[in-house]
Amino acid sequence: MGLTNPAVQPGGETAVVSSISPNWVTTRLDFLTNWARANSLWPMPFGTACCAIEYMATAASRFDLARFGMERQSFSPRQADVLICAGRLPFKLAPVIRRIWDQMPQPKWSISMGACASSGGIFDNYSMVQGIDTIIPVDVYVPGCPPRPEGLMYGIMLLQKKIRGESFTDETLREEKLVGPSGLFLPAERVDELSEPFGNSVHQTRSA
Amino acid sequence: MTPGIVPRVTPSAPSPSVAALRARFGPAVERSLVSCGDTIVYLHRDHSHEALGWLRDAPGEEYTYLTDVTAVDYRDPERPLEVVYQLRSLGRKADLRVKVALDKRQPLEIASVTDLWRGADWLEREVYDMFGVVFTGHPDLRRILMWETYAEGYPLRKDFPLRGHFSRAEQTRQALAGNPEAHYSLEELSIADAYHELPADMRERLRRGERGFLK
Repeated sequence: MGLTNPAVQPGGETAVVSSISPNWVTTRLDFLTNWARANSLWPMPFGTACCAIEYMATAASRFDLARFGMERQSFSPRQADVLICAGRLPFKLAPVIRRIWDQMPQPKWSISMGACASSGGIFDNYSMVQGIDTIIPVDVYVPGCPPRPEGLMYGIMLLQKKIRGESFTDETLREEKLVGPSGLFLPAERVDELSEPFGNSVHQTRSA
Repeated sequence: MTPGIVPRVTPSAPSPSVAALRARFGPAVERSLVSCGDTIVYLHRDHSHEALGWLRDAPGEEYTYLTDVTAVDYRDPERPLEVVYQLRSLGRKADLRVKVALDKRQPLEIASVTDLWRGADWLEREVYDMFGVVFTGHPDLRRILMWETYAEGYPLRKDFPLRGHFSRAEQTRQALAGNPEAHYSLEELSIADAYHELPADMRERLRRGERGFLK
């Protein structure tokens, strides 16, 4: 929110949880902003596969995302609040989704929709990102292959719940998590750990 | 039987093109067989371009349409890699599958057929991308599915590990270092090169167009 206490140096040696202590005024302000944000999320659909079909069904009249304040689908990242990655993400698209995420202004959130976006799904192979959380920060993971519209709406409601719990006194919340000098936004070991095979994939050997 | 439905016939006799090929090219036709009703002809690499050109042009053959170019790498490392051409004669309604075996101990090179069928351009690029077969004489032999700086090798070869050679962190790092505005088509590049020779109205259209490469 850009509110800082000049008396406290950010990133100083003392671990500062918050430079402003929550009080009656800040919590009322939080309540107001969070109510507005949670109920007017503009989604940026990043649909790459079959999950995008379910996403379209969710947005269409039977399930009607507009009930949750998502009346406007934002196909421009500049006017979007929540990035919904619906579908598998190949490595070739990794710089694209990263750039879209960087172009979105704060406050912003992201939903990883479906098994492939969340973990690579059945595509544990050379060309597929093993979970978009190795590329961008993710707020809500929606399981399913693909998730039914109810599942996605439940994920959206979870995100709204998360937004209602935010506070502008927490300065780390709106920090941009950029790609660092290592070329990754997470430590390399963390990316390897997140990409570890699991389930049936562990029976596949790395060589042929 | 429902009237109007032609029963599907699976021919067991080889296509007459095989005999014609043998008469014309002799030992360049290594062998032929019929599989599931499809005739497969194995040609020698050195004569494949000549024979394919003949199949396209000779009266009675006229395989004017190249359905697909692909390749097969078998699990047996001794067995050669095969480049497969699926030909179709639109006029005669006939198909022919031509295979060329490439010994893996030698450089994987074969003459490009882009001069015979323009549609072979992207098909051969895909075979190059996935198997590393070099098509000599191809006008623009670059990777087509993987990005151009992809350094792990040729993914559809049997000796390529399923998850790639590099660690996931290294793969992610290289992918994120990729340029999402890379120019992929030769047309885009040649338009950019010839920008100053274009008519003024087209220059103006390109300048405010959605293509990102012209500033």
